[in-house]
Amino acid sequence: MAMSVSRLTAWVKKVPTRMAQIPWREIAGEGFDKCAFLIKFGCATHVANKYVFGFAYVMGPSMLPTINLSGDIVLLDKMSPWIGNVKVGDVVVLQSPENPRKSVTKRVLGMEGDEITFLVDPGNEEKSKTVIVPKDHLWVQGDNIYASRDSRRFGSVPYGLVKGRVFVRVWPVDSFGFLNQKK
Amino acid sequence: MGKHGLLYVLTKKFTTGALIGVTISDRLVSFAAVNGISMSPTLLPGAKCFPQSLTGDVLLVEKLCLEKYRFSQGDVIIFRSPINHKQTCVKRVVALAGEWITIPESHDIVKIPEGHCWVEGDYSASSLDSRCYGPIPMGLIQGRATHLIWPPERMGEIERKVPQRKGRISSY
Repeated sequence: MAMSVSRLTAWVKKVPTRMAQIPWREIAGEGFDKCAFLIKFGCATHVANKYVFGFAYVMGPSMLPTINLSGDIVLLDKMSPWIGNVKVGDVVVLQSPENPRKSVTKRVLGMEGDEITFLVDPGNEEKSKTVIVPKDHLWVQGDNIYASRDSRRFGSVPYGLVKGRVFVRVWPVDSFGFLNQKK
Repeated sequence: MGKHGLLYVLTKKFTTGALIGVTISDRLVSFAAVNGISMSPTLLPGAKCFPQSLTGDVLLVEKLCLEKYRFSQGDVIIFRSPINHKQTCVKRVVALAGEWITIPESHDIVKIPEGHCWVEGDYSASSLDSRCYGPIPMGLIQGRATHLIWPPERMGEIERKVPQRKGRISSY
């Protein structure tokens, strides 16, 4: 018993010297380097994703048959909204005007000044309405007019809500390809 | 370091700095310079003497509110103008989604749709705001102005001020 206690005290006495032998400075430096690298990587990803290209997972019935019901992964071109390269017929991702935390994917059918005629309630009645898209707004609609909540519901959307232009479908692999100007 | 030229090192440092700076200004805080008199007297109280004065105010803009999009009446926000996407505006949130607001000029009563808010400048006589283009979608909001940091003599927090004209807004 006494033996083990003396060994323990000897061990405890050695602790400070042992602690001093550990290369704290190197460990801290390496940790700092790793953290800095992670932060830089995160920042680069953010900038690339926000201003150059981004991925988006699109699902839902509103863009049938262009985009599958089960969901596709598409590549977004984030530069086009900046340089004003959004044209009629493009598929765009925009922040929903009804819920800013949600993004929706629709096709642009009209730019400012265009006259749009649409069916108010397709499938049920024949009534149609004509509107003129105001300045700096877009008219967006889903390809599947029977199951889409779009400009027919909430009116034309400001250009500032456009986040990116969809241009390549990446997944599923067998339907890889550009999806633009189909209509 | 020896094997790379000074130019390479400088470019690398500059790019890294720029990337980190852009990310911080997108995600956390950023600065915004304000011109125009639509928000006086909160911003640019002296602007009535010098219309379009060159000495713009600089605001500290908080971006963390963009995670939740929870705003309250009286917040000063920065948003992209719905009539010109290249322009950024500073206005005060007057009413939120689901509320009814009376427009003083035309005596119309408007219900603010889901996901929108009603913004007005403090200097209502010279402000192009929701009274002109209607409620704006919250997706256009770029951040909330929390502090005024320039000019130094008016440095301080921007107070959340609910407009006096009561009875204009009702919540049902």
